Amino acid sequence: MTCKAEGVAAAVRAAAAVVAEHRVELIDLDRAIGDGDHGENLNRGFAAVVAALDAGAPDTPGGVLKLVATTLISKVGGAAGPLYGTAFLRASAKLGTAGDLDVPALLEALRAGLEGVQARGKAVAGDATMVDALIPAVSAAEKAAGDGGDVAAVLTAAADAADRGAESTVDLVPRKGRASYLGERAVGHLDPGARSSALLLRAFAEAAR
Amino acid sequence: MKKIINDPANVVAESLRGLAAAHSDVLRVQYDPDVVVRADAPVAGKVAVISGGGSGHEPLHGGFVGRGMLAAAVPGAVFTSPTPDAVHAAVTATTGDAGALLIVKNYTGDVLNFETAAELAAAEGLEVRSVVIDDDVAVKDSTYTAGRRGVGGTVLLEKITGAAAERGDSLDAVTALAQKVIAQVRSIGVALTAPTVPHAGTPSFELDDGEIEFGIGIHGEPGRERIPLEPADALVARMVEAVVTDLPFASGDRVLLFTNSMGGTPLVELYLAHGIAERLLAERGIVVERRLVGPYITSLEMQGMSLTLLKLDDELTELWDAPVNTAALRWGL
Repeated sequence: MTCKAEGVAAAVRAAAAVVAEHRVELIDLDRAIGDGDHGENLNRGFAAVVAALDAGAPDTPGGVLKLVATTLISKVGGAAGPLYGTAFLRASAKLGTAGDLDVPALLEALRAGLEGVQARGKAVAGDATMVDALIPAVSAAEKAAGDGGDVAAVLTAAADAADRGAESTVDLVPRKGRASYLGERAVGHLDPGARSSALLLRAFAEAAR
Repeated sequence: MKKIINDPANVVAESLRGLAAAHSDVLRVQYDPDVVVRADAPVAGKVAVISGGGSGHEPLHGGFVGRGMLAAAVPGAVFTSPTPDAVHAAVTATTGDAGALLIVKNYTGDVLNFETAAELAAAEGLEVRSVVIDDDVAVKDSTYTAGRRGVGGTVLLEKITGAAAERGDSLDAVTALAQKVIAQVRSIGVALTAPTVPHAGTPSFELDDGEIEFGIGIHGEPGRERIPLEPADALVARMVEAVVTDLPFASGDRVLLFTNSMGGTPLVELYLAHGIAERLLAERGIVVERRLVGPYITSLEMQGMSLTLLKLDDELTELWDAPVNTAALRWGL
């Protein structure tokens, strides 16, 4: 099974709907340990992505992801804009101009996205950031692909692992981003970036089924 | 939440319209992306000093745009750093052959977005440098965090580098001066209440009547510790101690003391605290030569204050005293 541009665009629209649905939850998670803007910013960015897709969707999966990247970079701000923007930009570059997204291409895109986030944010595993959701997600995706999974199965495995990874941030002392200023006081709180990463992967997985 | 607003999503744009109307003598506003630029920009032959960050800290940064201070300010959404294209628009609107200096507060989002914008501008052949201010002494172990935050010292840095740019200093000289100021400025802040971000609708944290947050930033994030509210003498002594011992400032040092309201603390309390700080510094033999007292880098309606100390020399004092004509600072004209 492969996925074409229309399928990727539909998955992005599904992700936008999930972000809108969880806007307040993400704001509340961020209020506890940061400044409370994460849900608002992501929602503003993904609403702009949907508007851009409505105006004319690109005809390759890579083109769709590039549109997502440039829109998020120019509409979100904060740390989330450059981090998610870079992730989608690196993923789209890996996909190039291919018309189909197959499992090997998906794996390359996921790895490139993670590398992009780490290059920009310089976070490593255990810093209590979105990286703690994304690293296990990429590992799980690789394993699912090795087991012969299709695009939907690979994304579902990634989303499951991202959920567990996000939950693991509750017990961590943050070392990056605004939550890091709280030190030990931030222990006990779910990292909003890790939560939004898990939500996005879940939306993509559901859309691919 | 009780605020004088319409749709929370339009707060920044509507506020900028009012800023432009109120201060058309010194600044103008470009919209989408939103940028505040000095009325006579670009000024030929002079370095453009540019800063920005999330809105909600007014008058920072838009209130400091004008002759002798900032060439442009880039306002993001409330408590959210601006996007790279907005910073880039500020650079292209104000930067000529003399180049531009970007003043970036050390918050992850600000650093990432300004870094990206500087790369975009450099790719177009514009000469752009960046400095990152990190004056907050509340962040102790910066090896394990995103580093110290940029807070009150930002206002002093913008004034002094803006004055140097106005007198015609080169980009190298203005950048070196900025680094000198960053090396000798320190701040600490406290919060008595939390602010309410318009789109969130509820306060950023809850405090009992008898509690305060010590060591806050400027975004309604909790501080390093929660302590009982003390009488002003004890609280200001705790703040002075934290700032003085960090650099450290020593007997005989000449300093600028900046006593800042976080937005909700009135001048009667701010002057009261300022008087105590002056007395405590005098007891330590530290000579307060210049002062700034008022709400200049705020956190919406948060009650609280910050103290900033900058070690002065003749050059910094002269640049501080140099004429400035902006919405929020205006002297020497």
